[in-house]
Amino acid sequence: MAQTKARLITLEEGLFAAFLVVLAFACLIVAGKTYDQVMAFHATIGALVAAGGVFAIFKTFFDSDGTLAPQEINGKPNYNMGPVKFGTVAAMFWGVAGFTVGLIIASQLAWPALNFDLPWTNFGRLRPLHTSAVIFAFGGNVLLATSMYVVQRTCRARMPGRVLPWFVIIGYNAFIVIAGTGYLLGATQGKEYAEPEWYADLWLTIVWVAYLFLFLGTLWKRKEPHIYVANWFYLAFIVTIAMLHLVNNATIPVSVFGTKSYIVWSGVQDAMVQWWYGHNAVGFFLTAGFLAIMYYFVPKRAGRPVYSYRLSIVHFWALIFIYIWAGPHHLHYTALPQWASTLGATFSIILWMPSWGGMINGLMTLSGAWDKLRTDPVLRMLVVSVAFYGMSTFEGPLMSVRAVNSLSHYTDWTIGHVHSGALGWVGYISFGALYCLVPWLWNKKSLYSLKLVDWHFWLSTLGIVLYITAMWVSGIMQGLMWRAYDKLGFLEYSFIETVEAMFPYYAIRAAGGFLFVLGSLIMAYNLWMTVRHGEAAEAEANPSGALAAAE
Amino acid sequence: MSETHKTEIDKITGVETTGHEWDGLKELNNPLPRWWLYSFYACILWAIGYWVIYPAWPLVSGYTTGVMGYSQRADAIADYEAGMAERAVTGAKLVDASFEDIRTTPELLEFANANGAAAFGDNCAPCHGSGATGSKGYPNLQDDNWLWGGTIDQIYQTIEFGIRSGHDEAHIGDMPAFGRDELLTKEQIDQVANFVASKTGLETDAGADLEAGATVYADNCAACHGEDLKGMQEMGAPNLTAATFLYGKSLAAIKSQVTNPHNGVMPSWEGRLDPATIKSLAVYVHSFGGGQ
Repeated sequence: MAQTKARLITLEEGLFAAFLVVLAFACLIVAGKTYDQVMAFHATIGALVAAGGVFAIFKTFFDSDGTLAPQEINGKPNYNMGPVKFGTVAAMFWGVAGFTVGLIIASQLAWPALNFDLPWTNFGRLRPLHTSAVIFAFGGNVLLATSMYVVQRTCRARMPGRVLPWFVIIGYNAFIVIAGTGYLLGATQGKEYAEPEWYADLWLTIVWVAYLFLFLGTLWKRKEPHIYVANWFYLAFIVTIAMLHLVNNATIPVSVFGTKSYIVWSGVQDAMVQWWYGHNAVGFFLTAGFLAIMYYFVPKRAGRPVYSYRLSIVHFWALIFIYIWAGPHHLHYTALPQWASTLGATFSIILWMPSWGGMINGLMTLSGAWDKLRTDPVLRMLVVSVAFYGMSTFEGPLMSVRAVNSLSHYTDWTIGHVHSGALGWVGYISFGALYCLVPWLWNKKSLYSLKLVDWHFWLSTLGIVLYITAMWVSGIMQGLMWRAYDKLGFLEYSFIETVEAMFPYYAIRAAGGFLFVLGSLIMAYNLWMTVRHGEAAEAEANPSGALAAAE
Repeated sequence: MSETHKTEIDKITGVETTGHEWDGLKELNNPLPRWWLYSFYACILWAIGYWVIYPAWPLVSGYTTGVMGYSQRADAIADYEAGMAERAVTGAKLVDASFEDIRTTPELLEFANANGAAAFGDNCAPCHGSGATGSKGYPNLQDDNWLWGGTIDQIYQTIEFGIRSGHDEAHIGDMPAFGRDELLTKEQIDQVANFVASKTGLETDAGADLEAGATVYADNCAACHGEDLKGMQEMGAPNLTAATFLYGKSLAAIKSQVTNPHNGVMPSWEGRLDPATIKSLAVYVHSFGGGQ
């Protein structure tokens, strides 16, 4: 291409560069003045990432041939898939890491010697590392990658900005690194699923606002008259997570030069805010976000229309209006007033059908395509995930009823419930989506091996079944042992006796987790081989193929 | 841009589409499934019923209390009080009874053992182990090697007031730090440790001066541990000829203990546990087999 007149730096590039320069210097100052080694380490990472960002912006600018990426090529939208690829690879990486840490802590519960008596490998630090790695690192990258893919394709518009999409995906992963290393080094604000300290929270807020603008900007540019249902769910996820994050993480740092901060809420209000956050992180991160994935990838893979437009509208609005009230069911029989706990439980019951609306729409979309389940293990994974979704969203309202909760609360039943949703629903819908995305993004005809997908499916299904049945048995046993009285009115079992009784189930759970990790390693290998050695698709077959040249 | 809504009939199901299309994705115009809708309504009705019966909605000051006047807090307190009242009957008898009476009255003995077992698991097991076999620094309660006495009265006293617990009645009796406080030289400590080792069936250092050690022992240790090394329970001084030592039975452990002794603490349970429970624990621990 002939050298055209060099373009000027865009306002967006300039502002991002200026912001990152300021950030890099701020991080350097903090790193220099801090008395806190963890802060020094994190500020250094921050300075390096920010400086790297400035370098990348200018390198791209000077390397460019003076034109901006076109919005369309030959009348077809020129989608920006680079950040999507990044998110896909990051999701797979964090997924394997997070599942492995889960296996380690499951094994620690059965064999405590595996704590190794080191602070960094202690259960207390590895547990938040596991939950954050699977929810925010794996799940978050899947959501970011798929949302960027889906919103572009269903709007027929390129994401806005040259820097913005990369800022979002790299910024988010920088947050993950800061949060994860912070846990290992002992920096935590001690709120479940919201452990990162104030500076990590602040950074995530900036990234999240950028994400919201990126998503809204793409919707704004859309070439379709209507907004596809998946995008409603993605938008609800982005907006609500922003609100939850801000309210639950309202903290006052002891000093800008230290990691420690104090939450502004106290007592039972703090507990209520925490579980309003915690429950809706499940509702809007792990449910609404992944339903968006379901609404794109299930009909796409099945090659069938979505079952009911009307159901999608009704269950969407019902879900987002009702979910937000259900949090108090995490605090039954505590200092929380009874009225709040009743209200939370009843809204959880009302939530049952709105949750199932998504399951019905997912499963019924397969009518006319059920035969494909025999031959397509990817579709099977997507469909089984919807079935697990249905199961956990029935179990959830059941456990929110106070009479059931009095047995289930604080036991492993809760852990089993969470994992039937996390491994079965979130895990499988993500695996299905990644199996679809990788050949599409890297312009391959198909996956490297469907046989390996089959192996992944069966190994991890067996793993999930072992996991959740072990936790049901162990949890119900634990609950019954805790409440067992002898005929004179004394507790039948001491706490340690209940722990001893759970050992076999902990071992079975760890075995289930091992199978799940094994499956994810097979998947990572399969995706790697697809990218490396997969047969290239013809450009016609895949409209997204054309973009590779334009990147 | 798809300008018009071109609805079409889906060939497989015969249902009309909505006419929208995104990236090849279409939507059928199916109505809400009946069973789904009615189940949704039923859940809402159930919730409304629940709100009528139980405390549910916040008001400006206070909350709706529900037609049953049910209060979880009042319920829990009533439950607790009923349970405590039930126990109090036999509990009061237990507090008044002598240990001999308890031993010979089946009703009291059964109550004491049940109460003791429950209390032991959640209060004593963290240090002494769920099997009461102890670990390094925490005495084994199953054997007959007692530091402060193994009769039921002595056990009762130890549980009630503790050891070096800060309670006025607690057992006190610190072993001096002969090495740390430079009461003995390193050489003397080696001699006395070897002497003790020689008397309790342990290997001694080659060429150890056992006679010098005996002198050091007589001058410094015998006052508490006795001329015969069998200890004195009134001082909490352990029997040095016993099969097990609290902080390990080895020459190195003896040297360490003489140099810079552990003086372990057991809390006083008076005030933390009710009198009937403390008494029950004494009966329960005494029954392990090591009781004297």
